[in-house]
Amino acid sequence: MSTALTTSKNAPVDESPTGAPAVRISHVHKSFGRPGTATPVLDDITLDVAPGEFVCLLGASGCGKSTLLNLIAGLDKPTAGEIEVPSGRPALMFQEHALFPWLTAGKNIELALRLNGVARPERRAEAERLLELVRLGGSYGKRVHELSGGMRQRVAMARALAQGSRVLLMDEPFAALDAITRDVLHDEITRIWAERQLTVVFVTHNVREAVRLAQRVVLLSSRPGRVAREWQIDLPQPRRIESAGVADLSVEITEELRGEIRRHGQH
Amino acid sequence: MASTETTPAPADDLSGVEAGLDALDSVQIQRTPIGQLLRQKALPPLIGVLLVLGLWQLTYSLHVTASYNLPSPADVWGSLTDLWTAGTLFSIIWTSLWRGILGFLAAVAIGTPIGLLVARVKPVRAAIGPILQGLQSLPSVAWVPAAVIWLGINDSMMYAVILLGAVPSIANGLVAGIDQVPPLFLRAGRTLGASGISNARHILLPAALPGYLAGLKQGWAFSWRSLMAAELVASSPDLGIGLGRYLENQREGMSMPGVLLGIILILLVGVAIDLLVFSPIERRVLRSRGLLATGR
Ligand SMILES: Nc1ncnc2c1ncn2[C@@H]1O[C@H](COP(=O)(O)OP(=O)(O)O)[C@@H](O)[C@H]1O
Ligand SMILES: [Mg+2]
Repeated sequence: MSTALTTSKNAPVDESPTGAPAVRISHVHKSFGRPGTATPVLDDITLDVAPGEFVCLLGASGCGKSTLLNLIAGLDKPTAGEIEVPSGRPALMFQEHALFPWLTAGKNIELALRLNGVARPERRAEAERLLELVRLGGSYGKRVHELSGGMRQRVAMARALAQGSRVLLMDEPFAALDAITRDVLHDEITRIWAERQLTVVFVTHNVREAVRLAQRVVLLSSRPGRVAREWQIDLPQPRRIESAGVADLSVEITEELRGEIRRHGQH
Repeated sequence: MASTETTPAPADDLSGVEAGLDALDSVQIQRTPIGQLLRQKALPPLIGVLLVLGLWQLTYSLHVTASYNLPSPADVWGSLTDLWTAGTLFSIIWTSLWRGILGFLAAVAIGTPIGLLVARVKPVRAAIGPILQGLQSLPSVAWVPAAVIWLGINDSMMYAVILLGAVPSIANGLVAGIDQVPPLFLRAGRTLGASGISNARHILLPAALPGYLAGLKQGWAFSWRSLMAAELVASSPDLGIGLGRYLENQREGMSMPGVLLGIILILLVGVAIDLLVFSPIERRVLRSRGLLATGR
């Protein structure tokens, strides 16, 4: 069992043997409102993500996971510290599919291609290819409201991939789905991650989901958000969320997460 | 440790489960047959109109009031056939309708950039946002005397009154439409790389379209009202006879059937444009976005 788990409590991260990291977060602070007055949401976060790595950011609601992801995506600026994504603007997937309802599934993807500078003649074929990749080959002309929740998230995934970025940020993308659909999408994202050799930063508050997906789980503490602990998950992919290995690790990580949350009840 | 996690799920098994989920969970869109649609949509208003006509005829037959005050539906029909045989029916309607359309189009051309500016530029919103809101509730008849003094009794005066009535509605509609764009769409647009013009063109304006359309619809209603007010008040031989002028002429001639006919025609033209132009566009846009309950 212990082979599946290596922990490094508050230790500086250094596990990118293959050169520069895909995402480098160094000493990032973030607070909202007037400087000085507000308690920081994020406090001295330092984290490197290696190219091709699948990292899950785990933490209680309100601990600053979305804030951190928005910073990496460049939608917001850190109060202090630096974030580097050498490969350029990362793709971002939200909990809500965020597909544009005035466009069909295919046209949503084509808009991403267009904004990414793909020439018109190639867009249609590329959009069809991306829909095939998420197994929605026949859905080019479907309107967003005609698709089920799981299909919408798969179109959103295809649209994110259409941005052509090697780095994919995902903010609790499957949290609103039922368990069966979520299970299927876990299989899909691990397959696509491996096929396309993506770097994925996946935010979730669901411990089992984190263990099911990640090579490395990073636990954030709440108020202020800090890196509390990390786990290297060495279970082979694809994993089953109901398997004993995933369950055992989840128990341990949940215990740690509860400890983090409990600290806040004491003062 | 021969646990399940080491056995990879076969790929076709996964796609099979996925296909099943998709089929089970997809929304089934059904179109209502046209006959049923007609029965549901056209029949009730038709019954309503017949009821009003019946009540009207009844009141007339019971001699509740003198017949020069309340003519019968047949008398009004007589005025209509008079106009028809005189060959002026369509020219009267067309004179007003053409003015209304031109004025409305001008109002769209002016109101749209104003709306965009107010919605997107903070100081502009602070400065003229409240004025636009206020103007929207001012009945545009109130502008007629001023417009007559400034411009004289001519077509420009009519267009001025239309613009003052319709531009605020159109601009406010666009502002409301843009304000209601979910921030999520704007964030999604930014992550996709849309900014400035491409953001306005691909994200902001399409997202604001339903609100904008509602503003256009109201803008048409205001254009038509303003125009009728202006035509009623302004009389000049070179203006030609539109619906408002026809109505006022009938009053001067003390012809109650003509007056009622004028009112009915003004109502019908306003409703017809709404029903034939704006409603279909609006329904199309809303339906394509899944914002309209279908089959109901
Ligand atoms: N734009 C903002 N202005 C002020 N406070 C914010 C803003 N965005 C997030 N916060 C605060 O930051 C904290 C972390 O939020 P968030 O990153 O959304 O948490 P999580 O995604 O982990 O649930 C919350 O307490 C929230 O109230
Ligand atoms: Mg969040």
